[in-house]
Amino acid sequence: MSAQPEPTRDKATEEAQLRAVWAKPTGWRYWTSVNNAQVGLWYGATAFAFMLFAGLLGLLIRAQLAVPQNDLLSAETYNQVYTLHGTVMMFLFAVPIFEAVAIFLLPPMLGARELPFPRLGAFGFWSFLIGGIFVCGSIFFGVAPNSGWFMYPPLATSEQAGIGADIWLLGLSFIEVASLAAAVELIVGIMKCRAPGMRVNLMPLFAWYLLIVAGMILFAFPPLIAGDLLFELQRMFDWPFFDPARGGDPLLWQHLFWIFGHPEVYIIFLPAIALLAMIVPTFARRPIVGYSWIVLAAVGTGFLSFGLWVHHMFATGLPQISLAFFSAASEAVAIPTAVQIFVFIATMLAGRVIFSTPMLFAMGGIAIFVMGGLTGVMVALVPFDWQAHDTYFVVAHLHYVLIGGMLFPVFAGLYYYYPLIGGKHMSDRVGRFAFWLMFAGFNITFFPMHLTGLRGMPRRVYTYPADIGWDWLNLISTMGAVVLGIGMFAVVMDVTLHRRGKPRGEVNPWNAGTLEWISEPEENWGVRSIPRIESRYPLWDQEALARQVNAGDWYLPDAKEGRRETLVTSVLDAEPEQVLRVGGTSYVTIISALTLGTVFVALTFKWWIVSLISGLAFMAAVLWWLWNGTGDIPEKDGKDIGHGISLPLYASGVKSVGWWAMFITMTGDGTAFASLVFGYFFFWTVHADFTGGIAGPGMFWPMMALALFALSWAATLAAREANRRGKLAVAWILLGSGALTSIAGCAAALAGPLTTGMDPTAHVYAAIVWTLVIWAALHGAMGGIMQLYCLARSLAGRLTARHDMELHNVALYWHFMLVTALVTFAVVGLFPEAL
Amino acid sequence: MRHPLPPEIESLWTLFTAPVVWALHFLACYVTAAIFCAKPGLLGNDFFALRTLIAGITLLSLAMIVVAALLAWRQWGFGTGDPPHDDPTRRDRLLFQGYATLLLSGLSFVAVIFTALPAVFLTECLR
Repeated sequence: MSAQPEPTRDKATEEAQLRAVWAKPTGWRYWTSVNNAQVGLWYGATAFAFMLFAGLLGLLIRAQLAVPQNDLLSAETYNQVYTLHGTVMMFLFAVPIFEAVAIFLLPPMLGARELPFPRLGAFGFWSFLIGGIFVCGSIFFGVAPNSGWFMYPPLATSEQAGIGADIWLLGLSFIEVASLAAAVELIVGIMKCRAPGMRVNLMPLFAWYLLIVAGMILFAFPPLIAGDLLFELQRMFDWPFFDPARGGDPLLWQHLFWIFGHPEVYIIFLPAIALLAMIVPTFARRPIVGYSWIVLAAVGTGFLSFGLWVHHMFATGLPQISLAFFSAASEAVAIPTAVQIFVFIATMLAGRVIFSTPMLFAMGGIAIFVMGGLTGVMVALVPFDWQAHDTYFVVAHLHYVLIGGMLFPVFAGLYYYYPLIGGKHMSDRVGRFAFWLMFAGFNITFFPMHLTGLRGMPRRVYTYPADIGWDWLNLISTMGAVVLGIGMFAVVMDVTLHRRGKPRGEVNPWNAGTLEWISEPEENWGVRSIPRIESRYPLWDQEALARQVNAGDWYLPDAKEGRRETLVTSVLDAEPEQVLRVGGTSYVTIISALTLGTVFVALTFKWWIVSLISGLAFMAAVLWWLWNGTGDIPEKDGKDIGHGISLPLYASGVKSVGWWAMFITMTGDGTAFASLVFGYFFFWTVHADFTGGIAGPGMFWPMMALALFALSWAATLAAREANRRGKLAVAWILLGSGALTSIAGCAAALAGPLTTGMDPTAHVYAAIVWTLVIWAALHGAMGGIMQLYCLARSLAGRLTARHDMELHNVALYWHFMLVTALVTFAVVGLFPEAL
Repeated sequence: MRHPLPPEIESLWTLFTAPVVWALHFLACYVTAAIFCAKPGLLGNDFFALRTLIAGITLLSLAMIVVAALLAWRQWGFGTGDPPHDDPTRRDRLLFQGYATLLLSGLSFVAVIFTALPAVFLTECLR
């Protein structure tokens, strides 16, 4: 298909309209922007700032350990410093930086104007910022978390942990919500918003990786959210989940934390490798060798990484056969990991490599990562791990993996993609200087730690005596850390100072082949027109594409109706399906994040009333957001996008992006629920009589609740059908009665443990039953609110027989709710009876 | 003649078949062994029976992966086309999907064997 300009179009007017519709707000209103370019940039800059902060904490750790018997920091401060160093690096830098890069890069890379839910992306950013400041700020008041970044009970549930543990739990839960929001945005964006013709075999590898990573977030973060919930219930209300005296078990936390924690390592690593998969072909001057093998590696690693969590728990006394399963999987994951490295080597061998600064960082990163991978294979073996567990050997290993597998690739990405931000280039000279300082500094810092570890130095010790052979190794590490720090400082200077007053350079200085290099940094519209893609490297293979796109010769070159629009295409072949109208500039994202943030902050300090009020305010903000910003009935049915293609402006059910978002969100929600159920059965396995002699909730009320929720589910489905047939009154009655039934279901759910007098503080059995029942009841209540929302939409004429997206989404929610109710009430009501 | 293989499904999800089998196999092995060791008597007391059960689950999983691989091989045109499968056609997209699925089946096959190996060597619930 060729791009023939149509003679009758007035391109200048089109361009002006498009520019106006997508314009960044000016002045202080700039911060209300939701556009991916701004949000991505803020997100990235914030994550980078947190990284520098955590880097300084790292330098403090090294300063304290430089010499034996040092008292530079007090022991308590030291505990806070290393806990925050790990926490911030993992939660506020490593994961968010990729959400940032993805939000910034994906739309231009996929040839989309915007991701499907820009306001959700902005909400995620503001949540991240507020949560991050809250967590980081705590150290200036001396109340930062102090029990290590994985917060093991009983230390972290004890009094010594102070308010720091609550700050960790609540602050990070809030940030996890932001990660889930990003996952929804990325999955739907990658599956449904690619440029026409960008079939799955032509997708940029970055998108493949991010798709897998977003999927992993859905299954990895919810177990931690569930764990946080249990943990906070114990800290706040003394529910004894991790207290062995009352039937609890601290190991449950370790399970839930590492079911999150190990995949997280790959959630961090895969996007970094994704950057390399974009950089290496550009500088090898050829397409990647083994595209399918990279997909194999991404998917394979994504799955296998979920079978590794117990290798953090080799020393906890689990049966050896359990340990061995995880050891085997930990060895197996080396296969797909290595495949990626070999693909890069093959691509470089087959091409003619240009050793630019990004390539230096990429290669340096791979070299360091391989080293960390090798020690990883060592610690994956149970007998070796028993020797090295919790020593500096592990510290060395994890820094080799994370810095080689993540930090260096991020710097490679920074140097590579910097021209897309404002069209300016970073200094090559400074870059090379910084690289060698960082590479040398890194190895001088962390290589000796292998030896200190093998000599028996435990991680997290505050200081050590002089005569046991650790002193000179530690001193070398500290000197290396200073060199590493100077290298990073050089990059920071390059980013912040050096750029001012420099002329704008070429936007595609590397002559790269992928679509993101078409974008014009001065424009806010993503792409001027959306092209049809016929190659993995369209800029190399499709001549004149850049010119045609920027001249507005391709699809959707206008915004006549004054709305922000992008294309929705099919999953496999990216055939155009719909013109999607996305949300524009708004305060509601900031207000939602602020109110939700206040809930979490207030809970930390047990300000119940404040948290209740801000919770209600959050709900109001979200309802306002949904009511005014989503599910708009368009003024006409379809829109001509050029080249003789006309597409609908509205879709509902499986065809709508909202349906997918609900599906994805509920999958994550379902995983959190499954983690709680896992907790129930975990307690069952660790005790001969896990009820501790306490009467359960009985059978009657749980079954009653199940029946009521099932009724409400049926009412929702029936309402959807009635509405589709235009029987509005029937639909209204069904929705109203469905909501009432949901409320009754919630009451019945709570009645079970209430009538039998289960005291959640007395024994873990009562606590876990209450948790499950409350979880189900809250979801039921939410389902009721959704039914009422649909009713209100229908009454207001914003939901009609043909425009029924909300009803489809709510019905989908209720499918998940039905499964939740079935599992909950079968488990709490029937399982104890079956024993 | 009736074809022995089921009709072809065109979906993104088929890519994940073999790794999902790996995940289920992994879970089944882990959960069975954990319950066996934590609740003596509930699943019997004979460790050899546990190992036999794991062997059975493993063979079943491997068989499922082989079927997935066969279907993938067919989707890949029985190997008639060589990668990179980067033409902008439905055919190349299908070949790519088949090839990637086949590769993943291979990885999953090996990973299932890895997971099952401990049951070959361990003979009791040592802690």
